[in-house]
Amino acid sequence: MIRIKRAHVLIAALAAALCVPAAGVGAGNGLPSKIGKGEGQLNLVAWVGYAQPQWVKPFTKATGCAVHSKYAGSSDEMVTLMRSGGGSQYDMVSASGDASLRLIYGGDVQPVNVKLIPDWKRFIPQLKSPSHNTVKGQHYGVSLQWGPNTLLYNTKKVKPAPKSWSAIYDSKYKGKITVPDNPIQIADAALYLSKSQPSLGIKDPYELNQKQFDAAVALLKKQRPLIKKYWATAADQIDLFKNGEAVVGATWPYQTNTLRAAKVPVKDLIPREGATGWADTWMLSAKAKHPNCAYMWLKWISTPKVQAQQAIYFGETPANPLACPIMDQLAKGSAAQYHCGASAAYFRSIKFWKTPVADCGNGSKDCMDYTKWQQAWTQLKG
Amino acid sequence: MRAARLRTSGFFWRHRWAKALLLLAPPLLAFALVYLAALVALFVSSFWTVDPFTTELKHIWNIDNYRTLWQSSAYRSIALRTIGIAAAVTLTDAVLAFPFGYFMARIASGRSRTFLFIAVLLPLWSSYLIRVYIWRLILNQDGVLNWFLGSVGLPPVHLAYTNWAVWIVFSYVWLPFMILPVFGALERIPHSYIEASRDLGASGWSTFRRVVLPLALPGVVAGSIFTFALTLGDYVTPLLAGGAGSQFIGNVVYESVGISNNVPFAAAFAAVPLAVMAVYLTIARRLGAFEAL
Repeated sequence: MIRIKRAHVLIAALAAALCVPAAGVGAGNGLPSKIGKGEGQLNLVAWVGYAQPQWVKPFTKATGCAVHSKYAGSSDEMVTLMRSGGGSQYDMVSASGDASLRLIYGGDVQPVNVKLIPDWKRFIPQLKSPSHNTVKGQHYGVSLQWGPNTLLYNTKKVKPAPKSWSAIYDSKYKGKITVPDNPIQIADAALYLSKSQPSLGIKDPYELNQKQFDAAVALLKKQRPLIKKYWATAADQIDLFKNGEAVVGATWPYQTNTLRAAKVPVKDLIPREGATGWADTWMLSAKAKHPNCAYMWLKWISTPKVQAQQAIYFGETPANPLACPIMDQLAKGSAAQYHCGASAAYFRSIKFWKTPVADCGNGSKDCMDYTKWQQAWTQLKG
Repeated sequence: MRAARLRTSGFFWRHRWAKALLLLAPPLLAFALVYLAALVALFVSSFWTVDPFTTELKHIWNIDNYRTLWQSSAYRSIALRTIGIAAAVTLTDAVLAFPFGYFMARIASGRSRTFLFIAVLLPLWSSYLIRVYIWRLILNQDGVLNWFLGSVGLPPVHLAYTNWAVWIVFSYVWLPFMILPVFGALERIPHSYIEASRDLGASGWSTFRRVVLPLALPGVVAGSIFTFALTLGDYVTPLLAGGAGSQFIGNVVYESVGISNNVPFAAAFAAVPLAVMAVYLTIARRLGAFEAL
């Protein structure tokens, strides 16, 4: 009896081993060498506006993969969602730079074979193997889009037009300010301080020693009584600006586009101190149940047309520069507006989100890690 | 077959406890497994910790979570805000519900009582979320309330996204849960008691203070269990109606679980309302609230 059972287990294990990498096992490195047949389904964790019907519907039609999206409001939430239910609930996540490394080192995502994504070769050089998604030569995902966090204001209520981030720390707008409910907002304060108080010596807003960190938190504490609401979802912020509860705040271009479409008199800009920003990556869960559909999605989302559609919809810059002419076809002037094919200098001017760690990158290990950021943020909100 | 059936029914007739056990076993088992086991798991996990970078659960026994809660002024003020607003909501609802319940129980005729019943229960049939969002529309800068104040020549008020808004919305959504037990308690007071009091020369106020109020108090306390416990555990209203400083214990728990993936800390903070409710229920029992439920 026992022997039979063992044989059963062995067969089952063998079958499982053969079935799991259904995408076709590659040459030794465990990466798939070709994309197999679609599983009919794909579950995404995405930023709002990243899975719009205008490019999801044609994808489903072409591949037979029905897309289910769960929208997350912050990188922290994305990381948590990718771990929920043992990590197999979602196949992919559109992780920003402050989530991607946490997912890689947490073992929540798996390497992908970028050779299966033809458009990857055409990406701007900075986004082919950026340090936020490529570790030791392994690609954990494919870059998607990038852009800055901007300063949003009501053009009727805020005059003259602001030029500096100081607007969101200005008591003139007491009770009319809204900023994201997100610990990474400390970096925005640090970025502002790096220009307004150069004596602090802030070089990188994500690498803060105790003194610099305390200064940023103190600034946010002073801002706290001026805040109407810390917005948790894009819809929240849109509401606040629509009904006049808020007139100035930190935003994503998506909200600006939505508000302008609703004829609310708003504008956004990158203030003179520069801006924090995001560079997103579609990553594949380590326990993805639909890897073939996931690869098809990676291929689809990297094509110039879809890149252009998403860039215009959200108001961000595509990783694939072939999208630029298509952007102008879809909406005249949009390529320049969203810096499509922008210079390397512009790319460098944005301080992309990354996870703060104790290692400051200059040899010293006295930087505040992300747990400290989260604690400070909760206490700040009170 | 028939004999066997008779024997079984005879057994259950002779042994009442067996019948009770058979009837109560399924719900008791579910209660023990689902509710008590979950509570124990919650309590146990509050003594664990997570890795700060990857947020993976680490089974290391410690009381750091409770220490953080105790030492940080932010968490203290969040706990106090939660308990304070829950108490304020309870008080508000008691004050609003008592005359309403009194009218329903002792003054209203049959038909108008039915109408009032429906009026109390009707809001419960709509979604809780819709009711909170409606209050957002009312309290907004250019909402219904300010429109009304403006039309009667009063200055506008800035209630939206404040703790005042949280208090108002909570008082509104939990009011039916106070009215019903208060109504029940008032209805149960025999009319003869009040007549006796009046016959013995007590004034209307004195009768109310010394006869009606003591007899209705268990109903008020029973209602307060609902309003207090429901407010204590809520996080949706503070999230939607609250502003920059409106976090409740529930919001911190939600964010700890759903955003920072720190289940042990969430479990530790969730133990606070549990302890508060235990104390509250003990007091409520002393005041006879369980007889009025």
